[in-house]
Amino acid sequence: MAEKKWMPRWFYQLASPRWCYQITGKLLPIFAVAALILLVGGTAWALIYAPADYQQGNSFRIIYIHVPSAILAQSCYMMMAVAGAIGLIWKMKVADMVAKACAPIGASIAILALATGAIWGKPTWGAWWVWDARLTSMLILLFLYLGVIALNSAIESEQTAAQATAVLALVGLVNIPIIKYSVDWWNTLHQPATFTLTERPAMAMEMWLPLLVMVIGFYCFFAVVMMLRLRNEIIQRERRSSWVRELISG
Amino acid sequence: MTNHPAEKIAVRDLKVDGPFWGALKRDLLLSYRRKSDLINPLIFFLMVATLFPLGVSPDSVFLAEVAPGVVWVAALLATLLSMDSLFRSDFEDGTLEQLLLSPQPLFMVVLAKVLAHWMLTGLPLTLMAPLLGVMLFLPADGMSGLVLSLLLGTPTLSLVGAIGAALTVGLRKGGVLISLLVLPLYIPVLIFGTASIQAALTGLPVGGYMAILGAMLALGLIMAPLAISAALRISVSG
Amino acid sequence: MSTPRLKIENLFCERDDRILFDQLSFDVNEGEVVQIEGQNGSGKTTLLRILSGLSRHYEGDIYWQDVPIHSCAEAFRESLLYFGHQPGVKAVLTPEENLRWFAAMHPTIDLSKLDYALAKVGLTGYEDVPCHTLSAGQNRRVSLARLYMSNAPLWILDEPFTAIDKKGVAQNEALIAEHAEQGGTVLLTTHHELAMGDLIRRVNLDQLAGTS
Repeated sequence: MAEKKWMPRWFYQLASPRWCYQITGKLLPIFAVAALILLVGGTAWALIYAPADYQQGNSFRIIYIHVPSAILAQSCYMMMAVAGAIGLIWKMKVADMVAKACAPIGASIAILALATGAIWGKPTWGAWWVWDARLTSMLILLFLYLGVIALNSAIESEQTAAQATAVLALVGLVNIPIIKYSVDWWNTLHQPATFTLTERPAMAMEMWLPLLVMVIGFYCFFAVVMMLRLRNEIIQRERRSSWVRELISG
Repeated sequence: MTNHPAEKIAVRDLKVDGPFWGALKRDLLLSYRRKSDLINPLIFFLMVATLFPLGVSPDSVFLAEVAPGVVWVAALLATLLSMDSLFRSDFEDGTLEQLLLSPQPLFMVVLAKVLAHWMLTGLPLTLMAPLLGVMLFLPADGMSGLVLSLLLGTPTLSLVGAIGAALTVGLRKGGVLISLLVLPLYIPVLIFGTASIQAALTGLPVGGYMAILGAMLALGLIMAPLAISAALRISVSG
Repeated sequence: MSTPRLKIENLFCERDDRILFDQLSFDVNEGEVVQIEGQNGSGKTTLLRILSGLSRHYEGDIYWQDVPIHSCAEAFRESLLYFGHQPGVKAVLTPEENLRWFAAMHPTIDLSKLDYALAKVGLTGYEDVPCHTLSAGQNRRVSLARLYMSNAPLWILDEPFTAIDKKGVAQNEALIAEHAEQGGTVLLTTHHELAMGDLIRRVNLDQLAGTS
């Protein structure tokens, strides 16, 4: 009897998580295939066909990983903060889940950007780590991600955790431009006229195109991982609803 | 000496304080009654600064060079250390609930609490900083920059730190977590704070740095109380 | 017919995967004392925290004088006196300082009744003593003194009689009854048997909850 009484409420509540689960189920293969083609094709293009840099030789080719991951790490933070804000203002459950799914992905990508930066740094500067403005900003971005993840895991109530991390992510979003500006400024103060990673003379078209392909490929890859995590989260949170039960048993 | 209740009533002033002044007065009174809380961050400040000569080198040339950074990092850590208690005792004894249920604007009450926190940590740290400057052989030219930058920078540290404190007030162990949340956000203040002292040391004008520190403070004054209020409501709700 | 002061419609709340109440609806009118009943863990405190606006982990609608509670938050808080699990008393402050702070935060608390209220709760002579030297019961009395100073129409009281002696309970009951007679509204939980008889309406969470 209780089940019957429940139906309308569950239906209302679940309308959007369920819809999200279904729509991501359809989108997932498309993005997976796109990511695979773009990343494999882009990598081949970047490593084999793109010309070597006249200054750095072949070592520059790591930018095809470094630059897309650096861009993606920043966009991911933005997405996390915006999703968190939507969840905070309109109490939208799915937005909370998107924000929660973003944090670990963003942190991993920031680590990837830092690691590739370090690997690139070795032949370029002769050291694994240089306090370059962009690398330092990326490191601070990683700290911001780690703070969000730590806060989220420290709070037991899912709803409270989602709201609290949303506030933190928004505070971080306001701060990112200030941090970036101050780090850039700090860098020019301490290391005038050093060679920076991406502020280079205009890139040749044949170098630039594979980079574009890689960036789009990274975004597609992000979408795939994002949707996988989101679907996981939906299933986990809605585990007591009838449609998830059917899904699991069926 | 007579002490009739009636006499007492006649003497007593029953004027109700406004929300800002009431909250400020209460927090100042609270820490006046628990003086150890007032002194602990200052001792910590002194100790951290002592670790550098011991851990690295007591060479005066070297210390003079790192002094701005050391004093600023120590001030930042001392502020952070005192942050956790900002809302915690209020949360534990139920006064935070009463504060959130007040029809008074939470923005003003929160601002008053942060101001009280700054008056009890940031301001004493600023006043004590020249002592550390002397211990670390900071040349006299840098002293004004040191005090001025701390005067403008530490309120921002209190404001931003209070966001972390508000987010973690519902958690049993907030201390380490606050540092994790807040330290990255402190970086701009640290950069411009130390840079202004460097500028003062090399004889460059410090006006620009102070303007930037002031701008960050202004932004913090407007934005941080909003975030703190939202965070408090979320933490108490959970 | 006049509109109910507080209208609760289809309230739903779950905690840690457990449904505390579901489709909970009731009205509270002027001059009513409503006692929320239920066994331990049935969500009495949670319900009072939701109704006071502290907790927002619920679904459903709450109306204050026919306006949704979230769109009249300030007006609602102006009409509310909340007594929670923690009495909200600062241990290092004196009873008087505590009540002055309450008055600064809540304009409905009339500070001119300070001495009257302290006398009523039996704390005359303790005005200038820090609260940590007082007993648990006396600390709660400091917070209860607000009831004697309050002009707020709605009182939400969570276990107001814990650690209060018999005489104090009887006094406070009389105060609650008086508040209701003057058109006030009281929502409370208590383990005490209240001797107010017909004045009290009971809402039982065990029966109302959607537990199956």
